[in-house]
Amino acid sequence: MSEKINASADAPLRNIYHFDEATHEIALSTHNLHVFYGDNEALTEGDLQFERYKITALIGASGSGKSTFLRSLNRMNDGIARVEGEIRYRDLDINSNQIDVYEMRRHIGMVFQRPNPFAKSIYDNITFALKQRGVRNKQRLDEIVETSLRQAAMWDQVKDELHQSALALSGGQQQRLCIARAIAMEPDILLLDEPASALDPVATSQIEDTLLQLKEKYTIIIVTHNMQQAARISDYTAFFHLGKVLEYDEARKIFTRPKVAITNDYISGNFG
Amino acid sequence: MNAKTADKIATAVFYAIAGSVILILAFLLGYILISGFPKLTWQFLTTPAKAFTAGGGIGIQLFNSFYLLLLAMLISFPIALGAGIYLNEYAKQNWLTTIIRTAIEILSSLPSVVVGLFGFLLFVVHMKMGFSILSGALALTFFNLPLLTRSIEGSLAAIPNLQREAGLALGLSRWETVTHVILPAAVPSILTGVILSAGRVFGEAAALIYTSGQSAPALNFGDWNPFNISSPLNPMRPAETLAVHIWKINSEGIMPDASAVSAGSSAVLVLAVLLFNFLARWLGRRLYHRLTSATN
Repeated sequence: MSEKINASADAPLRNIYHFDEATHEIALSTHNLHVFYGDNEALTEGDLQFERYKITALIGASGSGKSTFLRSLNRMNDGIARVEGEIRYRDLDINSNQIDVYEMRRHIGMVFQRPNPFAKSIYDNITFALKQRGVRNKQRLDEIVETSLRQAAMWDQVKDELHQSALALSGGQQQRLCIARAIAMEPDILLLDEPASALDPVATSQIEDTLLQLKEKYTIIIVTHNMQQAARISDYTAFFHLGKVLEYDEARKIFTRPKVAITNDYISGNFG
Repeated sequence: MNAKTADKIATAVFYAIAGSVILILAFLLGYILISGFPKLTWQFLTTPAKAFTAGGGIGIQLFNSFYLLLLAMLISFPIALGAGIYLNEYAKQNWLTTIIRTAIEILSSLPSVVVGLFGFLLFVVHMKMGFSILSGALALTFFNLPLLTRSIEGSLAAIPNLQREAGLALGLSRWETVTHVILPAAVPSILTGVILSAGRVFGEAAALIYTSGQSAPALNFGDWNPFNISSPLNPMRPAETLAVHIWKINSEGIMPDASAVSAGSSAVLVLAVLLFNFLARWLGRRLYHRLTSATN
């Protein structure tokens, strides 16, 4: 990785945006977050706030810690990495041992890089977790299936084949099913880990449109490798570099006038 | 010699090697089936064996084989399933699980005659079960458990981690994820493993000679009360299986048609094992299609 710092010498090394909590509603925030794999520290000082009903993109080169950070937010790193520090959600520190992680993950859902529908029907993919949580009313389940598939912009395509295997769908449809499955649980926050990186450009742009509609109801945090994607859909963007957040700001500022030199290098394609 | 000729020669050699493997198999199978085929009548398959006169069948041995297989599977499958789930889904990589895995490895390479003698000492003699179906089923469990555990563990390991993450990310507990996501997805492959191991158990003789015994007392197929001694279901009766029968006829059979009975029994055994294998492939594929393809 070459790091040519070509901006002026007075560029700051870090620039982290902090919201005025009087005017911005914060859905989630991290404080002094440190993540360790064994003895290796993969992430230091992740101090970020995420505004409600906005899309925040996490960008950075491979190995910069952005996925590690995202997976820590709903404790998907439990048993894989050691996460220290606070993750504040509704006055709770969800990184504490007292938290019921299974209940918490219903509020903070996640969609992964590769589509991972269950080997069940489309209908069962969406209703399965709900049924496990005691939603038994057939009519209610039907409603949720329709609403979440509509929100994921795939209702019209699959409404006649709800009871067919989800594995027969195309990759893009599978990924949207995974989004529908996540929002069927009615989470507050949706975490997406490079949701479009395994998809073709058409499917990618459909996912992006879906996300832009979803932000009316959900707070979205998305990891992406795709700079254009981050620029197109995110309201705020955080730039990760070597396990640190170097810059966090409104997306249009990051992509037009980054304050940190390394950010500028990264978004103009000089490394990564 | 240029690359093209070398490639042609190599291809020919590999074809020849593969062909000879198939030829040996075909010869073995053909020999057993052809020499046993004349014996394969309904009467042979259903009548009891005769010790001194010609014309005996293998009805009781055949029933014993299936009953023993069923009991052995009923005992070993739940244990193997539990062990497989533990090893693949719950166990951490540490010295304890390394020891367990090594133990399973060693157990699976244990000669079956050793398993049989161990079963004889423990179940037949020490626990006073005598030569019985139960002793045999327990010995077969010892014989079957390591392989079945490995096969189930392998089936679970073949389910991508993405599926586990999908379950957990929806707020499902690990137990819910294992029982409702991972296990159903692994069913075709687990089933294939179970049927294949059933074929092995079905053909096993050495582990049974000293545990379920070498005699096949007459059974009353009208009596299904498992507590009656002549009932086919009684697990405490001695029971010679088909494989043991073959071994016994060939070592001490004195009926005039011993070699014909032996050939017929071998053909039945081979056919049964073949059937298990085809059934495993067919069911596994069918279930897999059912779970993955679009058509209902």
